[in-house]
Amino acid sequence: MRFMLLFSRQGKLRLQKWYTATAERDKKKMVRELMQVVLARKPKMCSFLEWRDLKIVYKRYASLYFCCAVEEQDNELITLEVIHRFVELLDKYFGSVCELDIIFNFEKAYFILDEFLMGGEIQDTSKKSVLKAIEQADLLQEVSLNLKHKMA
Amino acid sequence: MRMPAPIRLRELIRTIRTARTQAEEREMIQKECAAIRSSFREEDNTYRCRNVAKLLYMHMLGYPAHFGQLECLKLIASQKFTDKRIGYLGAMLLLDERQDVHLLMTNCIKNDLNHSTQYVQGLALCTLGCMGSSEMCRDLAGEVEKLLKTSNSYLRKKAALCAVHVIRKVPELMEMFLPATKNLLSEKNHGVLHTSVVLLTEMCERSPDMLSHFRKLVPQLVRILKNLIMSGYSPEHDVSGISDPFLQVRILRLLRILGKGDDDSSEAMNDILAQVATNTETSKNVGNAILYETVLTIMDIKSESGLRVLAINILGRFLLNNDKNIRYVALTSLLKTVQTDHNAVQRHRSTIVDCLKDLDVSIKRRAMELSFALVNGNNIRGMMKELLYFLDSCDPDFKADCASGIFLAAEKYAPSKRWHIDTIMRVLTTAGSYVRDDSVPNLIQLITNSVEMHAYTVQRLYKALLDDISQQPLVQVASWCIGEYGDLLVSGQCEEEEPIQVSEDEVLDVLEGLLVSNLSTPVTRGYSLTAIMKLSTRFSSLNRIKKVVSIYGSSIDVELQQRAVEYNALFKKYDHMRPALLERMPIMEKTATNGPSETVQTNGETDSTILDTKHLPSISQPASQANDLLDLLGGNDVVPIIQTTVPTKPASAGGELLDLLGDLSLTGGPTPTPASSVPMSQPPFLLDGLTSQPLFNDIAAVIPPMTAYNKNGLIIEFTFERSNPNPNIAVITIHATNSTEADMTEFVFQAAVPKTFQLQLLSPSSNVVPAFNQGSVTQVIRVLNPQKQQLRMRIKLTYTHKGSPVQDLAEVNNFPPQSWQ
Repeated sequence: MRFMLLFSRQGKLRLQKWYTATAERDKKKMVRELMQVVLARKPKMCSFLEWRDLKIVYKRYASLYFCCAVEEQDNELITLEVIHRFVELLDKYFGSVCELDIIFNFEKAYFILDEFLMGGEIQDTSKKSVLKAIEQADLLQEVSLNLKHKMA
Repeated sequence: MRMPAPIRLRELIRTIRTARTQAEEREMIQKECAAIRSSFREEDNTYRCRNVAKLLYMHMLGYPAHFGQLECLKLIASQKFTDKRIGYLGAMLLLDERQDVHLLMTNCIKNDLNHSTQYVQGLALCTLGCMGSSEMCRDLAGEVEKLLKTSNSYLRKKAALCAVHVIRKVPELMEMFLPATKNLLSEKNHGVLHTSVVLLTEMCERSPDMLSHFRKLVPQLVRILKNLIMSGYSPEHDVSGISDPFLQVRILRLLRILGKGDDDSSEAMNDILAQVATNTETSKNVGNAILYETVLTIMDIKSESGLRVLAINILGRFLLNNDKNIRYVALTSLLKTVQTDHNAVQRHRSTIVDCLKDLDVSIKRRAMELSFALVNGNNIRGMMKELLYFLDSCDPDFKADCASGIFLAAEKYAPSKRWHIDTIMRVLTTAGSYVRDDSVPNLIQLITNSVEMHAYTVQRLYKALLDDISQQPLVQVASWCIGEYGDLLVSGQCEEEEPIQVSEDEVLDVLEGLLVSNLSTPVTRGYSLTAIMKLSTRFSSLNRIKKVVSIYGSSIDVELQQRAVEYNALFKKYDHMRPALLERMPIMEKTATNGPSETVQTNGETDSTILDTKHLPSISQPASQANDLLDLLGGNDVVPIIQTTVPTKPASAGGELLDLLGDLSLTGGPTPTPASSVPMSQPPFLLDGLTSQPLFNDIAAVIPPMTAYNKNGLIIEFTFERSNPNPNIAVITIHATNSTEADMTEFVFQAAVPKTFQLQLLSPSSNVVPAFNQGSVTQVIRVLNPQKQQLRMRIKLTYTHKGSPVQDLAEVNNFPPQSWQ
């Protein structure tokens, strides 16, 4: 996977994860272009399209588009499952996740994504395992914050 | 005085979201950025984390945040986990390997890779594995390798993926990870298994040695896959009743790589593939994802024919699936295998043709490409009916490609000349304005060669003109034909259908109408004027023609003016030559070799010795270049590298170039929308020898040859010719010689040019460059350079020398200015 984008129907970016080194200027351009292309798609169309030299796999969940750019040899159908798994993780974490959760807790969304994928590949295929790691990390964060308060 | 605490992240988000205009938002952002900046200046440790988090939010909204880069580094260096978490996130979002500042992270990451808390180690591995630059990877590879051997599966799985990234960035480091891979597959933990398979895949893809080394893992992989399928319900890894589909897919992909080209491995995996193919539940996407991967593997390895048929049948079933995504991948896969398993794919032809009516644009395009690939002598009539119907109703984006494909297919498999002409007519009349400009000369050549159909063709074209003169390619072909066969038209000789009654004046009315109509392009006007001129030897209304020609002698259009002046001269001074000059064109031969052979300057005015009238009609522009430009069907001896409309790699060398020659983007690229062809404002080459040329002849000046490549005994020289009817085309002949003592066999020369150019490579003379300069391989390249930009080229050479394969890439930048000016 080259990158993953989350954006709203109005074209507001909610998350962007890049797995290849790309200049900031190019990232902006690509995001703008791709959002335009995906938002122009009609509901009846399939979830895959070709864009530049990449394959784009996208799926809409409520008001959010989840959009991944994969390489030629990647399996588009399983990429849909990867997207779905990420949504499930968010859902379990936030409890019936909605776009607002991701807006207000974007850093947590990133933490979850970074526990699930690395370099565009799945780290762990067990939902339970990923969620447990996040939970533990959150606890660690709590602890470090409490320590700070004790010292203050 | 102590500054008030910076506002919390969520508070800021809430505030910004209340902004009603872009300007209001910008103001809020600027205010907050100023506050954050001063807070940074104070080196406030307490709130740094909060401030960076806010900065990251604003960055996502599109605002600059580079002043936070160093702060991220400070956060990473902090001992607090909260700080590190945000610091690493910030680094991944804001830091760029192009800026040296990112290297400052290296030491922190190194320390954190050895941290006592695995979650900190995890953060470090993740950051390195997502954005580590080559320098960082070099420095830290050793730490990653250590972690790859740990018994802690949480770290081991992350180390594996981090290693993948390191290898991608610094391929030479691959070797050092080899020992650690030893018992990766014996792990029970699915996370480690999955990431290990990814690591092994990466290594095998990059190194043939690794590939041979890891082939021995095939039995183990087969076993793991089997266990996954046979094992009962495992809640932790279950997805819709299937056990760990992600791992299954990854294993199938690795098996594909290991089995490719290897009989033993392929045999060892045969059974499990059949098992997966037949037992996987297909009701949900996840099952189909596994089947899809299985099909890809079956097709790529040396599977027995039964298994291949099974695979194609799965794809056939996919075509009938309600889910359009499934149909899409089916069509893509079928397109890939249609060359190798042609007969099997043919069986699904009717389903494929049905997909032409699908609502989804991508599906339609693939169905179209596949349909063209499946056309053959047996099904041409039926297929053409469907394709013509498709042409009528498809999106404008497709029309050009479809039209070209139809022309090609018709030419290859036309059951009769009459059918062929009818098909061409149908395309011209329904999609006439989308037909590529370069189809026009090709069609003209086709028509010329169908001698017995001349009368029928000109009649049909004439009638089409009466209906509609807006579609330029149609008008151009029609004008040319009327000019050529107008005598047949007025004499009512048609056999194929009821001959129409038309007088010379009516014909001239139509042609003159084209000259004045503002629907006609300058090119079209050129065609009409020439056609009128040619009729002077076929019709008797000489005076009328002379009048028209003399009027246009003062036309504002320089092109038209020049023609008219020359034709006038023909009437006046060279009237004795006129009949010979304007006589019927002979059959033009299609040659697959070099470009324009006889390029005779045909100035009506100056040097009458140039006018070797016998040569003029035979300025046959080999139309091979015109029609093969759009070789959707592949397999011709011409290797086109132009406007590949097939987004997936076509069978020709053009496709491989797309990924090998990097950033010198190929003309046309892999985007499906056909690039609007370079407007060739020059009249096409094929025409009557009276194409206007500048009055001065110096284009024929010799362009000096050059040495493009000289390495390891292989020398490649370029010699140049200017393609005279079209000065935007340079014709380059490469001469490859070999001064070493062994032959260079399987020699393949490939070239790519920047986007503003178009390139066509014709067949090489052979693919063996003999030793000791005993001979040479020659090959012709035609480069279209309409913007007259400086010519640059990247070439790729592959050959076998003394038993070993050799491959080299080179840039060619020393083109003499005359070759592109």
